[in-house]
Amino acid sequence: MNLFSMIIGAILINNIVLAKFLGVCPFLGVSKNSKSAVGMGLAVIFVIFASSMITYALYYLVLVPFGIEYMQLISFILVIAAFVQFVEMFLKKFSPGLYKSLGVYLPLITTNCTVLYVTQNNISEGYNLIQTIVNSIAVPVGFMLVLYIFSCIRERLDAADTNPTWKGNPIALVVAGLMALALAGLAGIA
Amino acid sequence: MWKNFKNGLIKENPVFGLYLGMCSTLAISSAIDSAIGMSLCVIIVLILSNCIISAMRKIIPDEIRIPVYIVIIASLVTIVEMLVHAFMPELYVSLGAFLSLIVVNCIILGRAEAFANKNGILASAIDGLGMGLGYTIAIVGLAIVREFLSTMGLVFHNPFDASQEIFKIAIPALEPYKISFFSTSVGAFLAFACFAALFAKLRSNSSKKEVK
Repeated sequence: MNLFSMIIGAILINNIVLAKFLGVCPFLGVSKNSKSAVGMGLAVIFVIFASSMITYALYYLVLVPFGIEYMQLISFILVIAAFVQFVEMFLKKFSPGLYKSLGVYLPLITTNCTVLYVTQNNISEGYNLIQTIVNSIAVPVGFMLVLYIFSCIRERLDAADTNPTWKGNPIALVVAGLMALALAGLAGIA
Repeated sequence: MWKNFKNGLIKENPVFGLYLGMCSTLAISSAIDSAIGMSLCVIIVLILSNCIISAMRKIIPDEIRIPVYIVIIASLVTIVEMLVHAFMPELYVSLGAFLSLIVVNCIILGRAEAFANKNGILASAIDGLGMGLGYTIAIVGLAIVREFLSTMGLVFHNPFDASQEIFKIAIPALEPYKISFFSTSVGAFLAFACFAALFAKLRSNSSKKEVK
């Protein structure tokens, strides 16, 4: 598969949030200001990339030789949970400001479905090492891109005069739908 | 006990009230077949994980409780995934990655943390059933609206044998007016937004009544 079309496809056309509906919880939760959106995006890129590498090695070096592929789900989620814990401790020590602004959402990266999905997708699509690296960077970049754009729109939306029933999450979901419509128009490029 | 059960349905509906488990709700709600299959899997995992965690709540050390919960939930999901693969192959294909992603469905971990580790086994099971039915209302309701608008008909197949139709509604007269974009991601977000606004309205009405 052409790597370039894979990158474009993963970032824009099959965008993880707007086309595949993964990671919608942090997409709504951390998008209230653009600064923490960027921080969350970077944290997700790092966690997805590193945990893809670890799980890739784990799958082909441990699970396949021993014939215990059915342990995939349990072992992958444990690796991700341990890894997120590590990132949390690291940020707490070296970047307390970012740690505070990410708040409760940092431990929630564990339950961010994008991480588990990307690690499992790398295996089920049978990607080789280079494709795995490209895929596990491009997908979270797509996540960060839409998260950032969405947070900028929401900052404006706070000032807008919205019907009280629609205020907050419902109107934000309408915005997300319109963003999905914009990205759907790009289908066919890659 | 009855209150625990009723809480999850409307007032604290996990999807439209607390915005948990949205990923699978948005993705799976394009057809009724997969919506009902998905909600059955979620109810089973939710009740069992609530029971097991509540039974073990005095043994699990507090510092590592989250990893322990995740291992319990992941084991249950693996079992359910294997059963679905064996007995309902069509459902397995249509749910795809979302079946194993039940592990990271925030509703299950959220109920373990907020309810099961403080309450008895029976209460936890009932809470799991109530929350699971709340999820079912959300996902099946959304699926009915989306499938009807995008095809102008509703079809529900037997999950064990896809060639058998349990019920079928089709309105040929409306066929030219179908809005096919409701089966895409755009329609999912818009339909979800309408439901969320509706539930916000219902909640604000009921809290006004309590004030009076």
